[in-house]
Amino acid sequence: MRTLRLLTSGLALSAASVAYANDDLTTQIANPAQWAIQTGDYANQRFSQLDQINAENVGDLQVAWTFSTGVLRGHEGSPLVVGDTMYVHTPFPNIVYALDLANEGKIKWKYEPKQDPDVIPVMCCDTVNRGVAYADGKIFLHQADTTVVALDANTGEVAWSVKNGDPAIGETNTATVMPVKDKVIVGISGGEFGVRGSVTAYNIADGSLAWRAYSMGPDSDILFDPENTTHLGQPVGADSGTNTWEGDQWMIGGGTTWGWYSYDPEADLIYYGSGNPSTWNPSQRPGDNRWSMTIFARDPDDGMAKWVYQMTPHDEWDYDGINEMILTDQDVDGAPRKLLTHFDRNGLGYTLDRLTGELITAEKYDPAVNWTSGVDMDPASPTYGRPAVLAQYSTEQNGEDVNSTGICPAALGSKDQQPASYSPETQLFYVPTNHVCMDYEPFRVSYTAGQPYVGATLAMYPAPDSHGGMGNFIAWDNIAGEIRWSIPEQFSVWSGALATAGDVVFYGTLEGYLKAVSAETGEELYRFKTPSGIIGNVMTYEHGGKQYIGILSGVGGWAGIGLAAGLTNPNDGLGAVGGYSALSDYTALGGQLTVFALPN
Amino acid sequence: MSRQGFTVLAIAAAGLMTAQGALAEDKISLDDPNIAVSYEEGGRYYTEDDVPTFNISDAGEVDWLTFSGFRRYHSECHVCHGPDGEGSTYAPALKKSALTLDYYDFVDVATNGRQRVDAADNSVMPAFGTNANVMCYLDDIYVYLKARGMEAVPRGRPAKKEAKSDEIRDAENACMGS
Repeated sequence: MRTLRLLTSGLALSAASVAYANDDLTTQIANPAQWAIQTGDYANQRFSQLDQINAENVGDLQVAWTFSTGVLRGHEGSPLVVGDTMYVHTPFPNIVYALDLANEGKIKWKYEPKQDPDVIPVMCCDTVNRGVAYADGKIFLHQADTTVVALDANTGEVAWSVKNGDPAIGETNTATVMPVKDKVIVGISGGEFGVRGSVTAYNIADGSLAWRAYSMGPDSDILFDPENTTHLGQPVGADSGTNTWEGDQWMIGGGTTWGWYSYDPEADLIYYGSGNPSTWNPSQRPGDNRWSMTIFARDPDDGMAKWVYQMTPHDEWDYDGINEMILTDQDVDGAPRKLLTHFDRNGLGYTLDRLTGELITAEKYDPAVNWTSGVDMDPASPTYGRPAVLAQYSTEQNGEDVNSTGICPAALGSKDQQPASYSPETQLFYVPTNHVCMDYEPFRVSYTAGQPYVGATLAMYPAPDSHGGMGNFIAWDNIAGEIRWSIPEQFSVWSGALATAGDVVFYGTLEGYLKAVSAETGEELYRFKTPSGIIGNVMTYEHGGKQYIGILSGVGGWAGIGLAAGLTNPNDGLGAVGGYSALSDYTALGGQLTVFALPN
Repeated sequence: MSRQGFTVLAIAAAGLMTAQGALAEDKISLDDPNIAVSYEEGGRYYTEDDVPTFNISDAGEVDWLTFSGFRRYHSECHVCHGPDGEGSTYAPALKKSALTLDYYDFVDVATNGRQRVDAADNSVMPAFGTNANVMCYLDDIYVYLKARGMEAVPRGRPAKKEAKSDEIRDAENACMGS
């Protein structure tokens, strides 16, 4: 049964692909007993073939074992399981534990890097880290201070180490890395510090630099071919990374790359998004600010860009484009298509052809989204692919020192990095979302290297005229561009989802619940309150013939900053009573792995 | 040397207030010498000890610095310390610190930073000494947080404000170099 499903569903598993991808990692990913990559697979589907735990019996789930990480603050990402070993990471100081699953979770080795604590305050939003990666017998850790280190997976010994950036100018890291072929793909954080974003490939063998591609700058920096790199089917032309910027602003232009990476072995392309342009004050950076807020498709061998799509030209709201790109093979209008689906911070769910970058669907995945009336889908139009901005919500048009009110979504987006999952069985995407709006007032700021470079004040509150909560967990049809069902949540859902062949979808909540719902209907089937709020991603593995579900608890991240004390009431000025719930009334700092299984 | 001695005293005082807990905080009145306005100078308000403080007019207008502090706080500070000075999961509520911390210590911490890194903590306040967006508005942020700590202004954007004085405008331009 399992074999059959393997053959029918996973695009990363297609026979043609094996020769291209990292052979070892591809083999490990193909074994559903393991969780060999943070994203579940190269396609970022976060779908598991395991079905021992299913919609019928998930209500009987129990805690099997737990592990304290010894670190407080926000725990994002998830453990990996490769062979008999589980690899657990922590926020700063970025400890890695190798736990022996064959020996009741005994610690095989522990790696704790020495990092200058001065990196802590340069991280914009807590000291989170979204986990380690595995390939070729090595564990890759990308530390807060941008040191990328390769550890021997068996012993924890350092094989090599390389510095990707400089925290003294605000360059830090929160993301995982993605091993592809003989390279490891690495991003960077620091959009709130005027960092110029880049993606870098290091050779797995020795950590030497293979290539680096910036998000903006001259063609030689961004690795664009003016004739062959396309935007919505048209060549980008020369100097596309500088000619939509005024002066040298591109040099501190943001567009950082702190999200998730996916890879299509058949097309041999990696996919990722770039973040907000710096500063948050749009008047200080006239133009489209390319290629911030952009989806990139690049060749993993030399970094050259095949196609790009800028979702939010000239950002006015901090809608970073870094969320995951989920790769699926589905029929559109009766024809099989190679798709890329992306739930952007700006509140639009995009479906593109991942081979050509053609835009297929762009629809709001939260009905509250109001800054745009929609994306121009007419290829013949001069504004093809651009979102139409409503003047009322334009912080650029309203100008500096003017408070633009009632903008939905808030800067944290209708969804942040917390990854969605996709079930090939239901062909639905399961998306953790934020249901929060904001007031946004930009003003002039000056740049100092290594200091925050923000330039806007914002106030956030739950979406008005809705259910009063700050989140939803939704099922999304990416072809029709429609919500199938939506579960209202009191707080933003800041946990990565997991869908399984057992017709169950799992996610965590900021109060600390692990929840299981029906993949078909969204009906809640199970909940358990873990020791701290959940901003980690649900994972699953099988050991000794038994399926387990694992989740990191440890509240923090952007959610822990914005929601700890609760948000203000958007109706205060209108005479409504009552405030909104404070996260601090429900949970406190923590750092724990909780592993669930069915009773024996 | 005398500066250090002063700091030690102030920290002891802050510790005392913390030890007395929330009750002590509630008991600070608007007549407290660290809160009450003694005089105004070019749109800025001061206590009798020449420490900046907030002012709210009979018409409910906050002084310009308090309003400006609201904006600067939410640009520079809130990404760690949470909205409205309320604190986050890991960083303290500065609306309380502005009351418990002596003004000169507040300036010291904002300028030079401080670290608490050990087995239980990974808490680091950066040094903002070279950041004009903070240093040019330090008094603004301080009086805003003081007003928040006293709940003299509610959460969110202050509804009404005094106009910006020429003196404040000139000082801002000189400080920001524009």
